[in-house]
Amino acid sequence: MKIDSIKIMGGFDKSGANEAVEEVIFKMGDIASIVGPTGCGKTTFINDIELFANGDTPSGRKLLINDLPVNADEAVSDRHDHPVALISQHTNFLSDLPVQDFLEIHGSVRQHQNIPSVVEETLEFANKLTGEPLIRESPMTELSGGQTRALLIADAVIIGNAPIILLDEIENAGIHRTRALQLLKQYEKIFIFVTHDPRIALLSDFRIVMENGGMTKIIVGDEDEKAVAKEISKLDDVLLHFRTRIRSGEQLTSHELVAHLKSLGYLT
Amino acid sequence: MKLVICAGPATTGKTSVLRHVVRRLLKKGSSPSYLKIDVLYADEQAIMEREFAIPSKTVYSGELCPDHCNVMVLGDALEWAENQKSDLLLVETAGLCLRCSPYVEGSLGFVVLEATSGMNLPRKIGPMLTLADMAVVTKIDLVSQAEREVFRARIKESAREIRVVETDALYGTGIDPLIKTISEAKEIVFPLYLRGNPPVGTCTICVGKKEIGWKQHFGVVRPLEGEIFYRGE
Ligand SMILES: Nc1nc2c(ncn2[C@@H]2O[C@H](COP(=O)(O)OP(=O)(O)OP(=O)(O)O)[C@@H](O)[C@H]2O)c(=O)[nH]1
Ligand SMILES: Nc1ncnc2c1ncn2[C@@H]1O[C@H](COP(=O)(O)OP(=O)(O)OP(=O)(O)O)[C@@H](O)[C@H]1O
Ligand SMILES: [Mg+2]
Ligand SMILES: [Mg+2]
Ligand SMILES: [Zn+2]
Repeated sequence: MKIDSIKIMGGFDKSGANEAVEEVIFKMGDIASIVGPTGCGKTTFINDIELFANGDTPSGRKLLINDLPVNADEAVSDRHDHPVALISQHTNFLSDLPVQDFLEIHGSVRQHQNIPSVVEETLEFANKLTGEPLIRESPMTELSGGQTRALLIADAVIIGNAPIILLDEIENAGIHRTRALQLLKQYEKIFIFVTHDPRIALLSDFRIVMENGGMTKIIVGDEDEKAVAKEISKLDDVLLHFRTRIRSGEQLTSHELVAHLKSLGYLT
Repeated sequence: MKLVICAGPATTGKTSVLRHVVRRLLKKGSSPSYLKIDVLYADEQAIMEREFAIPSKTVYSGELCPDHCNVMVLGDALEWAENQKSDLLLVETAGLCLRCSPYVEGSLGFVVLEATSGMNLPRKIGPMLTLADMAVVTKIDLVSQAEREVFRARIKESAREIRVVETDALYGTGIDPLIKTISEAKEIVFPLYLRGNPPVGTCTICVGKKEIGWKQHFGVVRPLEGEIFYRGE
């Protein structure tokens, strides 16, 4: 099945009312975000996608692939190549195999022709996402939180090669966010981020706002917001710089802060 | 009458899966009965009665191997379910003895495995997996997509023809194909026979007499109601 687009038909929010957004379409190559306060149903929304919801989940949403209803029987069951990879808040590796061995097994299950090269590519990709490079001989269960997220993403993109990738709050895991988005943009896939992070939300093509279990609106960044996004990225870089300094055990000075803000043109 | 036998190691999610099965079958107008076979303790009967008010029963196998117990009592249990005006008997086994397998010819048998049990499990459990019609993989909410895929491939490698269904059994997601298969299952026809060969032993089941029902056996036997006793010379 070649996927060009997926469409979610709105269902009901927690109070049983129809969702304000009647449908939302994700096309191949789209990067979208889901935003909203804690408990508003963001995770539930991406679970609906991963399950090929067909009015049979608590939200009553329906998923269409290429505008056609999905035969969940064919799409989900009995296939090794599930088209959706979900990297959730709880997802973990449980295998204690060395990273490289596991990737080779997964590569062979996915019937890749050149396994050593996809394994290399995956490790390289993961190392670009995380601050602490992975050691290929170390058992998967010994990876740090950030390394685990990085490898989950890299494996889903390259070895799993899933056309639809759902990521639930990866920002707290020490992933390099801007680099992640830049890297992911090179792959023709649908990426959907559940996020509380302004940078990820603003770098997305559009974002879905949720409240009380339902989609309330879809926001596409206009020129003005894109300009704001640029400035937010700069401010975020400043924060990131100071975070790194604190992490490496240094003391901050107001002189340094002023210098940074000046270089951005915020102070004269 | 249809017969569905659900096997699988302890605490893999058999009851969790069956609760979703019962809920959906009731919605479709079916009237299932439920039988749990366990060694010493089981609380499923109370769950099924409280949640769905369907005819339910527990059998403790005690000193009998629970899968052997299954062979003994299943004949009577089908009669019991018939008397309850059920059109379907769901049997949840204890799943302790990995050497035996409780599936019966002409009925549907599925095994419940947990994705968290490690990628090698499908290579270890033998007939409980290889003789099943379907494998239901639970707890997929807890493992990576990659490990799920490897787990599935390992199941297929041990049991080429088996159908695999993956579910988060807390929510019953993705189990519709199982419900569909149960709905399409054939009516059973007596006499019923065990699918596999039990391991070598000394009772008539152990030596390969596979017909269902204690009346077909000699040695240590038991009916559905009552204690085990010795039958024969
Ligand atoms: N996270 C998660 N937990 C599950 C899932 N399926 C079952 N559980 C939990 O696992 C535990 C055991 O589930 P049961 O359904 O009782 O397992 P069982 O196979 O019937 O157990 P026995 O009959 O005692 O052998 C319970 O605490 C369930 O809530 C699942 O898909 N995901
Ligand atoms: N449309 C809906 N109908 C009924 N229940 C819903 C709906 N959407 C969400 N819920 C329920 O609301 C609860 C919280 O939802 P969820 O976990 O998806 O929130 P979240 O936005 O991911 O929260 P967090 O930011 O804390 O991760 C869950 O128990 C979920 O089942
Ligand atoms: Mg969430
Ligand atoms: Mg149980
Ligand atoms: Zn036995």
